[in-house]
Amino acid sequence: MELKNPSAIERESRAGRYVMKPTNVFDPAYFHKVVDCQWACPAHTPVPEYIRLITQERYTEAYMLNWDSNVFPGVLGRTCDRPCEPACRRVRTEEKPVAICRLKRVAADNKGDISAYLPHVPTVKNGKKIALLGAGPASLAVARDLLPLGYEVHMFDKDTKGGGMMRSQIPAFRLPQTVLEEEVDVILNMGVATHFGHEVTSMKTMLDMGFDAYFIGTGAPRGRELDIPGRQEADAHISIGIDWLSSVAFGHTDSIKGKVIVMGGGNTAMDCCRTSRRLGAESVTVVVRSGFDVMKASDWEKEDAMSEGIPIINNRPPKEFVHENGKLKGVWFECVTQVEENGRVKYVPSGEPDVFMEADHILMAIGQENHCPWIERDLGIDFDKWDCPVLDELTLQSTNPKIFFGGDSAFGPENIIWASAHAHQAAISIHLFCQGQDLKSDRPPEGVNLISQKMGVHEWSYDSAHDPAHRFLVPQADKAITLSNIKVEVELGFDRQLGAAEAQRCLNCDVQTVFTEKLCIECDACVDICPMDCISFVENAQEEDLRLHLMAPATNAEQDLYVSQDLPTGRVMVKDEDVCLHCGLCAERCPTNAWDMQKSVFHLPQLGSY
Amino acid sequence: MTFVAKPRVHHPLLPINDIGLTRRDYEGSVSTLCAGCGHDSVSAAVIAACAELSIPPHRFAKVSGIGCSSKTPSYFLDKSHGFNSVHGRMPSVATGANLANRSLYCIGVSGDGDSASIGLGQFAHIVRRRINMLYLVDNNGTYGLTKGQFSATNDKGSTSKRGVPNLYEPIDLVTLALQLGASFVARSFSGDKRQLVPLIKAGIKHHGFALIDVISPCVAFNNHSGSTKSYDYVRHHSESVTKIDYVESGQEITADYEPGTTEDVEMPDGSTLRLSKVDANFDPHDRIKALQYVQRRQSEGEVVTGLLYVDPESPDCHDILETIDTPLNELDFADLCPGNAALAPINQSFR
Repeated sequence: MELKNPSAIERESRAGRYVMKPTNVFDPAYFHKVVDCQWACPAHTPVPEYIRLITQERYTEAYMLNWDSNVFPGVLGRTCDRPCEPACRRVRTEEKPVAICRLKRVAADNKGDISAYLPHVPTVKNGKKIALLGAGPASLAVARDLLPLGYEVHMFDKDTKGGGMMRSQIPAFRLPQTVLEEEVDVILNMGVATHFGHEVTSMKTMLDMGFDAYFIGTGAPRGRELDIPGRQEADAHISIGIDWLSSVAFGHTDSIKGKVIVMGGGNTAMDCCRTSRRLGAESVTVVVRSGFDVMKASDWEKEDAMSEGIPIINNRPPKEFVHENGKLKGVWFECVTQVEENGRVKYVPSGEPDVFMEADHILMAIGQENHCPWIERDLGIDFDKWDCPVLDELTLQSTNPKIFFGGDSAFGPENIIWASAHAHQAAISIHLFCQGQDLKSDRPPEGVNLISQKMGVHEWSYDSAHDPAHRFLVPQADKAITLSNIKVEVELGFDRQLGAAEAQRCLNCDVQTVFTEKLCIECDACVDICPMDCISFVENAQEEDLRLHLMAPATNAEQDLYVSQDLPTGRVMVKDEDVCLHCGLCAERCPTNAWDMQKSVFHLPQLGSY
Repeated sequence: MTFVAKPRVHHPLLPINDIGLTRRDYEGSVSTLCAGCGHDSVSAAVIAACAELSIPPHRFAKVSGIGCSSKTPSYFLDKSHGFNSVHGRMPSVATGANLANRSLYCIGVSGDGDSASIGLGQFAHIVRRRINMLYLVDNNGTYGLTKGQFSATNDKGSTSKRGVPNLYEPIDLVTLALQLGASFVARSFSGDKRQLVPLIKAGIKHHGFALIDVISPCVAFNNHSGSTKSYDYVRHHSESVTKIDYVESGQEITADYEPGTTEDVEMPDGSTLRLSKVDANFDPHDRIKALQYVQRRQSEGEVVTGLLYVDPESPDCHDILETIDTPLNELDFADLCPGNAALAPINQSFR
């Protein structure tokens, strides 16, 4: 078993055996890691806290907590890649995660006036001018972080409106324009000087303009090409997925005729096929080179496409575009099958004959690449062999100290939540850089506050009881309407009642079980009551041994063991954090308050936090 | 106590016993005793023992009297038979239940007040009658339900929570049971499940009357520095004279002890008690020596724990009465009540 526990660093006991060191709960990382969703979120959004606010019908506060951390709650509540959900503890204790993403939308849909909560932007500026290239999520988030500190922020984009890929690549049936514009405008209205509608073609020219620092958030704008026979000849009938989605978003394309084949297995492919379905295609088929399970698209996006009657055909790499005098006729596909070799999946011909599929139009969504032809290569900005800038992973500073990258343009295509996360770090770096401080040693530290939630003898300030309800489904609009109008949002979202019910499923993993050794009388009450057998009083040992000798084996080495100091009987308390329900029964049953339920508030340094 | 019920969801890797149940299937309703009560640990030990024995919950009959201890049968085996009887009268109910249906495993739970004060007479006679049952005493030396008066098992000189000393000699139920012919006598501590769970398993499977006197601290009234039944005192003054492992028939014996100190005791049902003697001078088959040993150590302020006496061959009440093997409740009416024709010759034989 591979151990990743920071407290696994062992010490030698008096008897000369190696045993586990007591856990330091004041290390900000320790309890942060117990809040699986927040730990998994690139922007470390305090998920359980905003879910509790939703249960209290405090939607505006829930929204602002999100806004502070991930900047675009309304957008993300509809489109996020949700790294939090597979991490959710409910997956390990029961089956399905809390619908964290759609609860974010509940906060956004029901919020009131947020203006009073917005950060104050000083009218007297601090004298530093920052250029943000691109008007996508990364640049917008950097602007929001820098403006309250008095920076003069200039934003450049080739499109006439802000939003970047959120506007050009996400179809309106998933993200209504009004939702996007509201969140983009909040930031622009904080005082961003916009230079929209004109494309930056030279970084050198930009540098000559004399800004104090530059942030490049221009995304990964180039769709990957497919070099097979017939590609050039049939060019008129073949579109790059993201470019085509963009032309639909800006109204340049409003229909697609005949039989459409979408090539690719990512979320862009899912958006392409569902958009085609709405723009009048006679038939739409998704053809994917790889197997269904390894497709890049999120499970729910695949489900949504299939529920709209779009077939997904797997294990079919394309061989040739067939055309007659430039008119596309169809595509030849090879048939492959997955085999595992040395633990790696490989594709080999399955032996079935090649398949010909008729098509009038092809949408290619087989990946995106970084592409910065407008950055001259003699400006001190180094690029690696994948054409990505060479960056410091923490500070996001390029080899030219004035220039910072974030979002997809930094390390290649990711998603919006990563753009927000990058932006917070880049904004701190830009601030430190402009103030002449060191980007690493002067960087503010992470922190944690632990606050007891005890209100009375059997009263806790959170709903400690476990709710066994199953995950609720998000209601959808009538297909007859959504499939005929590209602007109609498919998901209706949870209403307040459903949202409250789903929110109740949250286990409140940020309300921690905190153990005080000197109060414990080792009466076993906590061991007996714990529904998940998380708590054991045992002789200390090395982590591998200890994990197998608890009340229930702790086989998930990704999850830490909480080890106490030595107790009077010579044993230690060991708590397996893996499947703890945070129900607080250990603390309720403890006669001496050696157990307490304390909310861990994780502090991630961030500029301009409201 | 808590008002929050224990959630039904359990650890995904919780062991499943031979009949497909987990430990959670042997639980009862949520305890209303004080937080930290030793009695809850005893209940947890009963749950663990019954689950490990893979006996279906409905094959148990649990009986109790009155007191904190006697509430605890509600907190385990909620799918079994049960009777919460009158103060000190659990032995009568247990006797009746065992006579009517000898196929059930009978677990009686009593306390120091229920067995050593109001029920002392009943206790003495059920031991004499050798009812086949496990008799658990949750012994905390105090009347917790009535706010902490000394009970009859409280040691002389031990103080109340306010510092007033107890002036009377204690009644020791272990000594009484040894004198009155119990064939399985043990003492344990609620804070030591490693000792208690195998003892409960052995006690349930023992053929005859099995007493386990469990020192079970009262956190509310008798867990202070002047008490001899507090967590601290028992931890510092208890001496385990035997360690036992209960091994089901057909199972491999895996526990390893120093050679020469262990002895395998065959139980009538084919299972084995592996006894390991911590003190070589102690003999758990000699009733008189066990009595002396326990009393001598007691006079020195020490609490002797472990299996103190066992005689697996001794007859139980049904053997003595030569009752029919079939449980009485399974006999049909004609067999159970053969009528005047059968009664007449019996009456005649007495004339």
